Amino acid sequence: TIIQRKQKKPRKTGRRTKPPEEPDSGRGFHLPQLKEFQKVAFDFAANEMAPHMAEWDQKEIFPVETMRKAAQLGFGGIYVQPDVGGSGLSRLDTSIIFEALSTGCVSTTAYISIHNMCAWMIDSYGNKEQREKFCPDLCSMEKFASYCLTEPGSGSDAASLLTSAQRKGDHYILNGSKAFISGGGDTDVYVVMCRTGGKGPKGISFGKKEKKVGWNSQPTRAVIFEDCAVPVANRLGEEGQGFNIAMKGLNGGRINIASCSLGAAHASVQLARDHLLVRKQFGETLSNNQFLQFKLAEMATKLVASRLLIREAAQALQEDRPDAVAICSMAKLFATDECFNICNQALQMHGGYGYLKDYAVQQFVRDIRVHQILEGTNEVMRMIISRNLLSES
Amino acid sequence: MSGRVLVGVKRVIDYAVKIRVKPDNTGVVTDGVKHSMNPFCEIAVEEAVKLKEKKLIKEVVAVSCGPQQSQETIRTALAMGADRGIHVDVSGKDYENLGPLQVSKILAALAKQEDAQLILLGKQAIDDDCNQTGQMTAALLDWPQGTFASEVSLEGDKINLVREIDGGLEHIKINTPAVITADLRLNTPRYATLPNIMDSLMNNETELHKPNHRTSLCVGLIPLFETVAPEDMQGGTDRSGAMLRHTVLQSGKPKRIILSCLCI
Repeated sequence: TIIQRKQKKPRKTGRRTKPPEEPDSGRGFHLPQLKEFQKVAFDFAANEMAPHMAEWDQKEIFPVETMRKAAQLGFGGIYVQPDVGGSGLSRLDTSIIFEALSTGCVSTTAYISIHNMCAWMIDSYGNKEQREKFCPDLCSMEKFASYCLTEPGSGSDAASLLTSAQRKGDHYILNGSKAFISGGGDTDVYVVMCRTGGKGPKGISFGKKEKKVGWNSQPTRAVIFEDCAVPVANRLGEEGQGFNIAMKGLNGGRINIASCSLGAAHASVQLARDHLLVRKQFGETLSNNQFLQFKLAEMATKLVASRLLIREAAQALQEDRPDAVAICSMAKLFATDECFNICNQALQMHGGYGYLKDYAVQQFVRDIRVHQILEGTNEVMRMIISRNLLSES
Repeated sequence: MSGRVLVGVKRVIDYAVKIRVKPDNTGVVTDGVKHSMNPFCEIAVEEAVKLKEKKLIKEVVAVSCGPQQSQETIRTALAMGADRGIHVDVSGKDYENLGPLQVSKILAALAKQEDAQLILLGKQAIDDDCNQTGQMTAALLDWPQGTFASEVSLEGDKINLVREIDGGLEHIKINTPAVITADLRLNTPRYATLPNIMDSLMNNETELHKPNHRTSLCVGLIPLFETVAPEDMQGGTDRSGAMLRHTVLQSGKPKRIILSCLCI
């Protein structure tokens, strides 16, 4: 049974009858809530996503209905403010939720996280009209969003983007093209980073749908602007502020993508463990083989280490700490690399079966491989971290 | 019918967990094992919340008997839409001895205390599979019972119930107050939504009750001797010779037969 989202009443802060019982662990008071969030996300992943994960990958289905179900539970705008339909949760809550959802399907969860990032950008940097116009539909996933930064000529060097926006009366005319846009062509709201004060033919069109190694439950296309008129009322923030907003969005996006890697690694470790307990060679189960035991131990250790770093980064971002950018980059770098290795090892432990599409482990490997590349390559992460270290006076 | 519904929710080992017997055979391993709300209890909670949404009842109170961790189970019920929780604190030896009879006595006492119009339970728990608590509670209260319910509808102060029984579906009509136990097809439990989880856990309290003498738990009535795992599957007899001969006789030509190994 799916609950219809009623119009949100403002929460009555005076009505709290009892202070929360859990002692403050320094991470906020809502540990029991965190467990419930995680439970819902795990249940949703196991029941609504995992059974379809292989089909969505093989048939390249963008699972609109399932994502809308997720939105009805509050997953459409997890860290968007409640007054425009969001769930108003913290970065840590978000990380835990995406990690759990990812065990059901990495590709779909990764798209949901991108959608959340766009909704948050409008929520945080939009004016009253923009927030009220766009956020409710995005939080309910009535409309889907795409984040358009990368161009054919500017990936890691994002600041060198060329898409121009020329002011003409109460519109900007956009010209240029964006590449590798997740959801491109199937989504409704495009958050576009473009250059005002530059040079400037018909509107918005899309390149062919890319054929990818993974992330197949979301379409990826180039987004092309030819004399595309966008109302000035749709500009987020001030002219010149765009790069800043784009980067702020990415900090959270990096935690989200890293959280998706965590979920995949978690699921892969479980799959590997189950396989080791069942598969027999040389007269005994693989779980009796010391090399595999040690390998599994290393995988689990790296998983927990990644998880802790990501949750620390989430807290740092939530509290707006000065080291937030660096630590988010560290978390993304470490977790995506380690979790890919974990999933890859899990595949190896399955032997030949790991290579068959009948087994889920290969999809986890394929799906999270790209996490080391997008939302800032892991090389760019090193740039950010080293710059932070070397600039300290 | 308006008023209060008591819903019993039990904390059990999660259905997906592989159960392991303790090395000393005194029971199953529960430490560190994932627990969750008994699936049939989830269905009971869902039914109660649906009745409240239809405005047929006023308040849903979730009750759980067990140690501190039972509060997590109550929280899940609150997140699904229950209004209030009651945790009856039973731990240690008492908890090991806690069975349907003791729980029924507790529920019966609470029903009177809370002036409940309806008690909704899961038909059985997936750990002990007793299927007794609902029936015993009804007997103690001298209330009618509708067990294995796959459809419930309220009609004035009576309840129309469809029960799943061995012979098929049975339609009965019972008076209130009554005890109903939920079967699998009664409904599909909802996911708690994030806003519901936040609202419920901020604003709803769970009362703590200590069982008193009348609901005495000191005596475990059913002594547990031993818990053992089922025996491993033994290999079958090799009948390949017989099968091959049989097939040759049938077709006149020898066929290549591949026997797959069924047990690992």
